[in-house]
Amino acid sequence: MITHELVFGLYIFSLATFVGYQVISRVPPLLHTPLMSGTNAISGISLVGSMVAAGLEHNQTSTLLGFVAVTAASINVVGGFMITDRMLRMFKRRGPEKEAGK
Amino acid sequence: MSGALLDLAYLTSSVLFILCLRGLSSPEAGRRGIFLGELGMFIAVVATVLQQQIVTYEWIIAGLILGGGIGTAISLRIPMTKMPERIALSHAFGGLATALVGIAEYHKHFGTSHVEAMGRVTMGALGFEVFFGSLTFTGSLMAFGKLQGLITGAPITFRGLNVMNIGLFAGCAGLIAYNVAFPGQVHALFYALPVVGLLIGVTGVLPIGGADMPVVISLMNSYAGLAASATGFALGHNVLIITGALDGSSGLLLSLLMSKAMNRSFTNVLFGAFGTGDSGGAAAAKDPGKSYNEATVEDAAAVLQASQSVIVVPGYGMAVSQAQHAVRDLAAVLQKRGVEVKYAIHPVAGRMPGHMNVLLAEANVPYDELFDLDMINDDFARTDAVIIVGANDVVNPAAKKDTRSPIYGMPVFNVELSRSVIVLKRSMNAGFSGVENELFFLPNTMMVLGDAKKTLLSLQAAMKGSH
Repeated sequence: MITHELVFGLYIFSLATFVGYQVISRVPPLLHTPLMSGTNAISGISLVGSMVAAGLEHNQTSTLLGFVAVTAASINVVGGFMITDRMLRMFKRRGPEKEAGK
Repeated sequence: MSGALLDLAYLTSSVLFILCLRGLSSPEAGRRGIFLGELGMFIAVVATVLQQQIVTYEWIIAGLILGGGIGTAISLRIPMTKMPERIALSHAFGGLATALVGIAEYHKHFGTSHVEAMGRVTMGALGFEVFFGSLTFTGSLMAFGKLQGLITGAPITFRGLNVMNIGLFAGCAGLIAYNVAFPGQVHALFYALPVVGLLIGVTGVLPIGGADMPVVISLMNSYAGLAASATGFALGHNVLIITGALDGSSGLLLSLLMSKAMNRSFTNVLFGAFGTGDSGGAAAAKDPGKSYNEATVEDAAAVLQASQSVIVVPGYGMAVSQAQHAVRDLAAVLQKRGVEVKYAIHPVAGRMPGHMNVLLAEANVPYDELFDLDMINDDFARTDAVIIVGANDVVNPAAKKDTRSPIYGMPVFNVELSRSVIVLKRSMNAGFSGVENELFFLPNTMMVLGDAKKTLLSLQAAMKGSH
């Protein structure tokens, strides 16, 4: 029951979880909301699976489910990146650049 | 596009996603990080479209345009105060997408006339994917409903609810085990998984109070990640496994941070039905022996005029009355007079991690005036005045000394050590959690009741008028 494929997948999963933990621990609380909407945008990568389901031949059920999934996932991808960027633009430091702007 | 090339493209995307999250370690690097993330997504989408498996494009294009349009519309219009709602909704969309992909994959194997064999690993992964996806879908919709006020924010619970939820979870584990043992034998037992998942999403979030939504939202973030990872296992796409793992660990880390900031265990948040309002604290609030200093705007202005240092403690109330701009304007008046103004941000202030930071950044408060709990807590003793805008539990001294208090042990701001405390609060009713706050009855506390935004505006006018 334990296949090479599964073990290989678990390798990747464990290492990615570890990298994720390390990278995300460095995000300051200041940016926790952008972090959440940012991870939300990249988890829209399920778009890839949705597209495969929507683009298969001769399978209407799969096409329909895939279409809804593509729509939902792309709301997250487009919306997630845009709103994260909108938020990050708002974070400004006090001081020189503010004076320079005047 | 050949298999190796596709994998190479996905590898590039995965690396770009990690760099995207790494960028979020500072606001300056953040926007470049987001650009790298967008690039990664673009590469993954183009590589997927080019693979041979896909033969029809109409529905893909239609979905991309529709979803992209909706996503753009939401992002451009949504006010920052509504961010928790938007995040909850997007977790719902993410969960929905993964659940549907899982069902489509199952249908592809077993629902058509030519049945393909399915390995047990794939079957197990599909089971997890569909279950976590549907759970995230309804769970996040419930969180959205509670935040939006469509469902009461108070915990809804009834006898046996926890037992029922545990039973449903066990049932799902059984269903997954059955499907792994006998893939494709009884279709109804596969399609039961999303149904039970949808149900658990509803019954699991019902007993969790509105103030605990930061933990729920973080947890849903984590579940959405797990579902995406399971999709990767089922479809054999490493980029999905990696991204799901990143998302999952981010959500888990945030929920742990949130629970820690409330000094509560996960179990307590999920099953505790905190803040039912029938605790002893709510009754004690009606204790006639206690009195508080109700102050006018002019009294508060007089205190501020005599202050050299001021710390603002915002809470969910600031988001509710959209007072972030008024807070900033008052701070500007004070700063003009040479007063030092800082903001103290508690990790669980608001309805999602980082909620207050985003609101204040929106109001053009420079982020180097925003301070975390650990960074600022020693400063209160040296501060002339503290202005509390719609925060309650995070400034309750009972958390430090009253072992009977439901929030005992939660790290809180030492606001009572400052010379005077000005509390802006809608009314003297016990807060959402039903916990009495003795800070309101201390001699150096003045209560200015009313809508926070209006109070701040008249406070600012009073300050300007008197010089």
